[in-house]
Amino acid sequence: MNAPLLDVRNVTMRFGGIVANRNVSFSVARGSVTALIGPNGAGKTTMFNCITGFYRASEGQILLNGPAGQQDIGTLITRPVTGGSHLVTRAGIARTFQNIRLFKEMSVVENLLVAQHLVTANNLVSGVFRTPAFRRAEREAVDRAYHWLGEMNLIDDANRLAGELPYGRQRRLEIARAMCTGPRLICLDEPAAGLNPSETHELSEVIQRLCKQHGQTVLVIEHDMGLVMRISDHVVVLDHGEVISDGRPEHVANDPAVIAAYLGVSEEEVEA
Amino acid sequence: METNRILTLAKQALLTFTVSLILFAPISGLVLEGFGFRNELVRAVLLAALVAVGRVVLSVVGMTALGRKLAGSAARNGGGVIVMTGNEKSPVLILALLFAAGLALPFFADKYFLGIAILALIYCLLGLGLNIVVGLAGLLDLGFVAFYAVGAYLLALGYQYLGIGFWSALIIAPFLAGLCGMILAFPVLKMHGDYLAIVTLGFGEIIRLVLNNWLEFTGGPNGASVPPPTVLGLEFTRTAKQGGVPLHDYFGIAYSADYKFWFIYLVLFLVVCLVIYAVERLRVMPLGRMWEALREDEIACRSLGVNHVFTKLTAFMLGASTGGLAGVFFAVHQGFVNPTSFTFFESALILAIVVLGGLGSTVGVIAAALVLTILPELLRDFAEYRVLIFGVLMVAMMIWKPRGLVRVRRPAFFPSTAPRGDTAPLSVSPEVAR
Repeated sequence: MNAPLLDVRNVTMRFGGIVANRNVSFSVARGSVTALIGPNGAGKTTMFNCITGFYRASEGQILLNGPAGQQDIGTLITRPVTGGSHLVTRAGIARTFQNIRLFKEMSVVENLLVAQHLVTANNLVSGVFRTPAFRRAEREAVDRAYHWLGEMNLIDDANRLAGELPYGRQRRLEIARAMCTGPRLICLDEPAAGLNPSETHELSEVIQRLCKQHGQTVLVIEHDMGLVMRISDHVVVLDHGEVISDGRPEHVANDPAVIAAYLGVSEEEVEA
Repeated sequence: METNRILTLAKQALLTFTVSLILFAPISGLVLEGFGFRNELVRAVLLAALVAVGRVVLSVVGMTALGRKLAGSAARNGGGVIVMTGNEKSPVLILALLFAAGLALPFFADKYFLGIAILALIYCLLGLGLNIVVGLAGLLDLGFVAFYAVGAYLLALGYQYLGIGFWSALIIAPFLAGLCGMILAFPVLKMHGDYLAIVTLGFGEIIRLVLNNWLEFTGGPNGASVPPPTVLGLEFTRTAKQGGVPLHDYFGIAYSADYKFWFIYLVLFLVVCLVIYAVERLRVMPLGRMWEALREDEIACRSLGVNHVFTKLTAFMLGASTGGLAGVFFAVHQGFVNPTSFTFFESALILAIVVLGGLGSTVGVIAAALVLTILPELLRDFAEYRVLIFGVLMVAMMIWKPRGLVRVRRPAFFPSTAPRGDTAPLSVSPEVAR
């Protein structure tokens, strides 16, 4: 069971002539928090979209090691007729978005219920006639939704419209919604963007709790270095679409290549 | 300050006057007379002046305290969706009364009014069907009338060629219309809304043109006749024509042509109630929730593992099925179908019902369907202005009630046990405790 949960092998992503990711390889260990960082335009979100199945990588493989064995994300997306990014979520990768994408005109609980559509009774007839099986599945789904609302400290907002919530809560709700799909890997795209320091602190507690108490594997893109250093076990640094550093947070923080990418290099060093 | 306001008012009035003059001058200022035309520009100027005065009056009223209050309250009502608290009184009593009233209607109404009621219920059915597609799933369908036609012609042609009766058609029509919906929608559902709108618009016209031009099969513009309904072998005609027994003979009562309409009305009423129940259930079912989620944000849906193509397809098919059902009732009520009943105007009318009622609101759609079918009947004297009133109504709605007549209410959900204590063995965290 020591195989990494997610294995990204030599992934290259091209948009026409532009190469967004070149030969990226890294892996995400089970139960760890892995952070993907890098300056703006480094190709982090593109990488993310490849992993979560929104893009098909031009080259390379993204392998998810589940109970059903290894699955290549790329083949899930390109499967004829039934293929698509929804299969990636069903395989066990859930995600949140950089700009929050909640169902704004639906209530908070309903947002979480939609995420559980795979375990609820979707049969038309059972729903119309409210069969016992339907009611049980529905009750369990609502309870699970409340469980995650409790985890994210959102219980008081359960029956409000998602769009009315303050920004920080919307962020947490999005994480709760992703967790409701029962993922093996949750990918958070800049979860701390737009949060104030205390909300960021709360968020880091939430992520750590997911990892420690639920054994959840987390992959996170983040610009807030304080948060990254505090929560992550493993940091991957991208610059210009390539991996420039990969390792423990303290290792990455002291890597000259990373410092150069973030702060620039002085002229003498370039000449030397 | 005061002069400033008057200046603004004057400017506004001048602008309104000019624009309306440009609009009115060719429309009502020039009157055709044989091959030439007569100048009636004074009329145009008067009309434009009237509009300008109206605009000024509106502005002045808007400046007063009362006007502001009115505008404010109108704006507040416009805000769309609310979540129920879970403490609302159950409307069972009102629903039961409405149901009883609906069932009793044929005994009080005359034949003319019953005809209108049947028509109104048919439009209810159509509105509910389109509401699934447009209101819940957010797919713009401009050719809904095609499925209506499929249902109607199924009964007419099915009787002619295969001997299908009313009841069999009632069962087959939803499936056939749903199948048509699937065949139509599958190739285009991967596209975004606008393409779907164009394709459905085209499909609606294609169905009508095929019905119109395939003379040997459909009877073309001459239409096809529809058999009168039967119930358990009893017929509603004076003498049996379909091998059964006439109803009045069987019960030994006097013949009346009204029985047929009573029967159609009652069956239709029950079907509408069933569909309303199903649609209301759908809103709290996983499938309905997925439709609404798709309307809100398709990308987020995909990230949650929702198969967006399949989910949209179910919405499209269920909507089409309801349309097909309405078609059967239309055919049996008219006793005759021809392609002129299934024009684009009909699609637009159904869409107007859904939009007026408030996208996604069942009560709103029913109310709008009743208003839009009964009102024109009551206003027979103003028949020439019907479309004008219709247009004014739509414009007014879009300004003051853009979210429809009735607010959408979302259901509330509560956990099966006490909300806090139990949320789990897992969640004994400092934050929840705090």
